[in-house]
Amino acid sequence: MNSIYSPIIRDGLWKNNPALVQLLGLCPLLAVSNTVINGLGLGLATILTLVASNGLVSLLRQHIPDEARLPVFVLIIASIVTIIELSMNAWFHELYLILGIFIPLIVTNCAITGRAEAFASRNPVGPALVDGFMMGLGFTAVLVLLGAMRELIGMGTLFSEAHLMFGAAAKNLTIVVFDDYRGFLLALLPPGAFIGLGLIVALKNVIDARQKTASAETVVAVADPVAS
Amino acid sequence: MNQIQRHILKIGFMLAVFAIVATSLVSLTEINTREQISENERLALLAALNALVDADRYDNDILTDTLSLTAVTELNTSDSSQVYRARKNNQPVAAVFTSIAPNGYNGKIKLLVGVYYDGSLAGVRVIQHKETPGLGDKIDSKKADWILKFEGLSLHNPIESRWKVKKDGGDFDQFTGATITPRAIVTAVKNALLYFKLNRETLFEVTK
Repeated sequence: MNSIYSPIIRDGLWKNNPALVQLLGLCPLLAVSNTVINGLGLGLATILTLVASNGLVSLLRQHIPDEARLPVFVLIIASIVTIIELSMNAWFHELYLILGIFIPLIVTNCAITGRAEAFASRNPVGPALVDGFMMGLGFTAVLVLLGAMRELIGMGTLFSEAHLMFGAAAKNLTIVVFDDYRGFLLALLPPGAFIGLGLIVALKNVIDARQKTASAETVVAVADPVAS
Repeated sequence: MNQIQRHILKIGFMLAVFAIVATSLVSLTEINTREQISENERLALLAALNALVDADRYDNDILTDTLSLTAVTELNTSDSSQVYRARKNNQPVAAVFTSIAPNGYNGKIKLLVGVYYDGSLAGVRVIQHKETPGLGDKIDSKKADWILKFEGLSLHNPIESRWKVKKDGGDFDQFTGATITPRAIVTAVKNALLYFKLNRETLFEVTK
């Protein structure tokens, strides 16, 4: 992998993860992460939108007047989302029935405007596309992890309703982890999402702190200052 | 005109260009997908109706043989809704219509109810609800088979007074941790059957 891309990849997946560090896009994140499949669905739709909007903003960046850039970003993102929604409804109707409810939610995901502003409007198309994809992937990873936690604790299963996304053949994909589980409703309701996300953020901070002390012991020089 | 004014005008102009281009692209997509989307919706509606009334039970065009109902108090509908009529050799077979259970755990539950001409249920499906995930949402045919058990039942099977959940002394299962949701649906289905019984002939009247 080219060396300009590796910091972008690390940023998207870990160091500057949109959900864990930037804490952007929490509205859709918390709303639909109650099962693995729901999380995956929103994640995929977000990746698609992020790549498209980052690419387009980067292509047009010389023509976007600086003072009016935010309305232009919003315009671009809203158009992309609408076009994706209409096209999916027409040509991938089965998929639309599953992901359809998530797509309008993406407009409210400020991670997308955030990437347009912070990255795509200042970088060439190649890195902008990679950034969009990696940020989307980082977002999806958190969604799936949070979905797995909530589904496991809330219903005692994993991958329930996989057939909605992968067709009837995936019906057997559902794993019943605890037989005869009575369910723990809190995990499925919004408070469970907040608690779960808090735990994941805490876990990431613990891992980061460990790594920092480990590297501080070997190398005396200060590692990177934490991005604000 | 000074420089600032000219600058502002230029930005406004660029913004307008972006708005026009973006709107045109969305409109173009809309025009190109419109037909396909309405065809998809037609097929989806037909599939939903056929899940209740089997396609080989009727020979008319069920999607156009409709009757428009204004708000019906017995069905708790607040807007006008469509009744889809199935006929074979011009004889009434079944009617499919919307009914609303107003007292779900989280508000209204929208149902699609199919009733055969003899008053027995072709089936019931939940088309919209906000019930608790993992508890009340077992009414969705995608999640559990509970709603399928209505098929074949009528006001005589079980008798009218047994159209309640078991907890209330009736014949219908409730869910562990969720009684309100099934109770709301059982009542709504019973009301739909009562409505059908009283209005059967009007519901099948040929509208031309």
